[in-house]
Amino acid sequence: MINEILNSITFIYPELAVSIFLLIIVLVDLVFHKDKKYIPYISLAGLVITGILVLNQIGITHFAFVPQLSAVKKYGMMTIDPFGSYFKLLVVVTSILIIFFTIASEEVIDLKERLGEFHALIYGMILGMLVMISASDLILIYLSLELLSLSSYVLAGFLKLRERSSEASLKYVIYGSVSSGLMLFGISIIYGLTGSTNLYVINSLIQGPQINLFTLSFSSILMFVGIGYKISAAPFHFWTPDVYEGAPISITAYLSVASKAAGFALLIRFIQTGFTSFISEDGYWTLIAVFDWQALLIAISILTMTLGNFSALWQDNLKRMLAYSSIAHAGYILLGIAVLSNQGLIAVLIYFFVYMLMNIGAFYVVMLISNKTGSENIDDYDGLGAKAPFLGVALAIFLISLTGLPPTAGFIAKLYLFIALIDANMIVVAIIALLNTVVSLYYYVRVLKHMYLTKSEREQENITPSIGSLVYLLVLLIPILFFGIYFTPIVEFARSCVSLLGI
Amino acid sequence: MENSQILTYLLFTPIIGAVIILFMKESQTVLIKIFGLLISLFAFAVSLYPYFNFDYTNPDFQFIHKVLWIESLDISYHVGADGISVLLILLTTFITPITLLSSWKAIDKKIKLFTMMMLLLEAGMIGVFMALDVFLFYIFWEAMLIPMYFIIGIWGGEQRIYASVKFFIYTMLGSLLMLVAIIWLTVAASKNIGLYTTNLILLYQQAPNIMLDIQKWLFLAFFFSFAIKVPLFPLHTWLPDAHVQAPTAGSVILAGVLLKMGTYGLIRFNLPLFPQSTVEFAPFISILAIIGIIYGALVAMVQTDMKKLVAYSSVSHLGFVVLGIFALTFESVQGAVIQMVNHGLSTGALFLLVGIIYERTHKREIAYYGGIAKLVPLFAIALMFASLSSIGLPGLNGFIGEFLILLGAFQSQVLDSWWYVVFAATGVIFAAVYLLWMYQRVVFGTVTNEKLNTELTDLNAREIIVLVPIFIFIVWIGIYPTTFLDLSEAPVSAILEHVKNYTFNFLY
Repeated sequence: MINEILNSITFIYPELAVSIFLLIIVLVDLVFHKDKKYIPYISLAGLVITGILVLNQIGITHFAFVPQLSAVKKYGMMTIDPFGSYFKLLVVVTSILIIFFTIASEEVIDLKERLGEFHALIYGMILGMLVMISASDLILIYLSLELLSLSSYVLAGFLKLRERSSEASLKYVIYGSVSSGLMLFGISIIYGLTGSTNLYVINSLIQGPQINLFTLSFSSILMFVGIGYKISAAPFHFWTPDVYEGAPISITAYLSVASKAAGFALLIRFIQTGFTSFISEDGYWTLIAVFDWQALLIAISILTMTLGNFSALWQDNLKRMLAYSSIAHAGYILLGIAVLSNQGLIAVLIYFFVYMLMNIGAFYVVMLISNKTGSENIDDYDGLGAKAPFLGVALAIFLISLTGLPPTAGFIAKLYLFIALIDANMIVVAIIALLNTVVSLYYYVRVLKHMYLTKSEREQENITPSIGSLVYLLVLLIPILFFGIYFTPIVEFARSCVSLLGI
Repeated sequence: MENSQILTYLLFTPIIGAVIILFMKESQTVLIKIFGLLISLFAFAVSLYPYFNFDYTNPDFQFIHKVLWIESLDISYHVGADGISVLLILLTTFITPITLLSSWKAIDKKIKLFTMMMLLLEAGMIGVFMALDVFLFYIFWEAMLIPMYFIIGIWGGEQRIYASVKFFIYTMLGSLLMLVAIIWLTVAASKNIGLYTTNLILLYQQAPNIMLDIQKWLFLAFFFSFAIKVPLFPLHTWLPDAHVQAPTAGSVILAGVLLKMGTYGLIRFNLPLFPQSTVEFAPFISILAIIGIIYGALVAMVQTDMKKLVAYSSVSHLGFVVLGIFALTFESVQGAVIQMVNHGLSTGALFLLVGIIYERTHKREIAYYGGIAKLVPLFAIALMFASLSSIGLPGLNGFIGEFLILLGAFQSQVLDSWWYVVFAATGVIFAAVYLLWMYQRVVFGTVTNEKLNTELTDLNAREIIVLVPIFIFIVWIGIYPTTFLDLSEAPVSAILEHVKNYTFNFLY
């Protein structure tokens, strides 16, 4: 037993590094409580180290924490595989970007006293996400989900004095508790049915004839509710706009990318490990005939993107609009899973990478502008193209990429998604996604319209971003434009990371 | 083939020009204007090379330049031109300097951005006409949307924002549908040959073998997205708004070249890729085209706004082009190709003239004018000339196109009824009515509005330089169309032959 644990530790270096730095940050916060400006750099260093450790893991496929009691085959509580490493890398990169984000964000700068707390909580989230991405055991899934959620509840309400922020936090807690309660209920039923909490064991057991299908479907759907809440899929998305609007903008960007990515990774692992019986040569998954996962996923994703897009149409607050747009994007990504093929999975991986760049970028520009004007209202963007030429062009590119127009990486993401859909003969679904894109075009272009076509009524001074912000935006913009034109690198990388530890 | 990179040079000329302008100072407006004009003239000069070195007997694509781009999907940067492409590329490079020169005074703010947008737009249009990879085609197709959006939205009339958003969303709907169709087409073709490719020339061979049921939908998807661009009745409603609100240069480009992309797409994609469906749907599409011809003409007749009148006349004229394409005879398709050029010239000239007079009075209402022949004789002559060309007076260009289309449609076995021609021909008559009636109200009679005496001045040297080249070509095509018809002869007959090969079981 001890041996197994010691053995497994070699596979969880990234998680260990995060835990250690979490402790370091808490300690530094306690010891140097006068001068906390170094904390962000400590947490950056920790993330870079974690990132290197994750990079070392790419290509490794292994189980960690294999219980000795486990039956015929050895299945671990955690699974290390290229798919997981991809998402871990994504989470780490997003976190690095977000730390830089917080350094520039005035909302957080004002909270000098509580900087240690802030970073410790972010690390709590990271730990939760990394474990969640690898978890192949229901208990571990639940634990990591709770760790992630609890940290993010506090972060969402971090601006104590702002009413909206507290409201956001409270809403988040209530929705989160309900759905994690449902999820726990689902887990307990699955355990009751199969006698195991390991997804691999469950997979082999539910293929037998003696399982009560109705109960199994019911419990799986309860599980799905828990995950659906994390990825803000409709109809479990109601918390999203309020939380995204109320939370500090850096946290909003973080929630909309990283915790969503982790949720998607969990969903994919849950479906693929738990319910797939067979993967054909051309990459299509055959699911165990419990109930029609595909129909459920398609329905949820169409609902999600449609609701997200149509609600975004009426938003005047840019932060809230981006919140709804991120719901819509969750819908597109969910379609990639609904295809139930490796092709679709590649599309999801590409989409997430691109989504990270463009969504963080859009939030970053909104943050910079609200730093200056104190407003996120779309009317305050009038004439911005002239007042802040670089920020205007940057935001325009991010939005065009979010729409999915060439020559931006957003187009490539949509392209691969559509290829996956059409290859699976889901033409009607593809057309619905297309119509949704047209709807989304309207509200993204609306921002462009305010920036470039409407003249500002007020005289405002020019907004020049600092060198740091300039570099930050370029770091996001260059890959968006580069991969929009030459996308072989990300496609190949995604292709090499598509394999999950098999069944 | 030697010198096969000439098309790439042509494509990158305006792009490089735009990049250079990006680094120029906003305040050096004259320099920017002159530089932009020189670049566009240079692009025109470059585009003459493929014309003069064109092999008329070869129906295949020439001047091919192919570089592998995305290996895993077999997407390449693959350009080439046949006679139809060369003709339309020439039209593009010919119109662009004219529009730049015409907006010398009319565009008085953000000149740097404007010149850049026009050059990028030119690159996008040239790219569309030479792309031989469906993916590349789509990129160029989309790439033009953003410059056009800004051209209408920033420099347009009072309702410009509404018009630009409407234009953007309308065309985006069409182009996204085309994206789905392109992916579907390539995926379906790859299942036949076991190899994914976006090479248009390979797809020509493979696409007609796709199951007919799927082909039908593919045909409709492509058709729908092109029909929005043409615009074919009843998808034309974005056009009047965009045209009226766009600045003169925008209208001229829009009418002169952008709309041709739709009809070009029909010839380049729908006909050779889905021959069976083409023949099957030809009668329905022809009926839509004829409705468009008559509807456009009738609506044009009752317009009180000159620009709107010209805009609706476009709907009518492009109906002829679509009819010509789907009549599927050699004469009619040849007529359609030449009519694309004609429409670019004569409607372009009309928009320029409306723009010229609008610059002086800031009024477009027909009622505001009257009897201006005495005040601005040169303008009156030019407007007469452009109107007659648009009407299709024998001896001028419009006649050649419309005559060939009607002749071809009459002989068409696919349409197989002379009623099509009867109804289409009324469009010619209506065109005479609305244009001459407008002309009479604006130009003849006594001066109705005293303000005109002070406001109006006759064409200046710059405006004459802008108009004269167009008029030269109007007469040239009218008198000796062979110069241009020869260019498209080989590819048109090759495409029709291709269609025929796959549709022997239809009456043809």
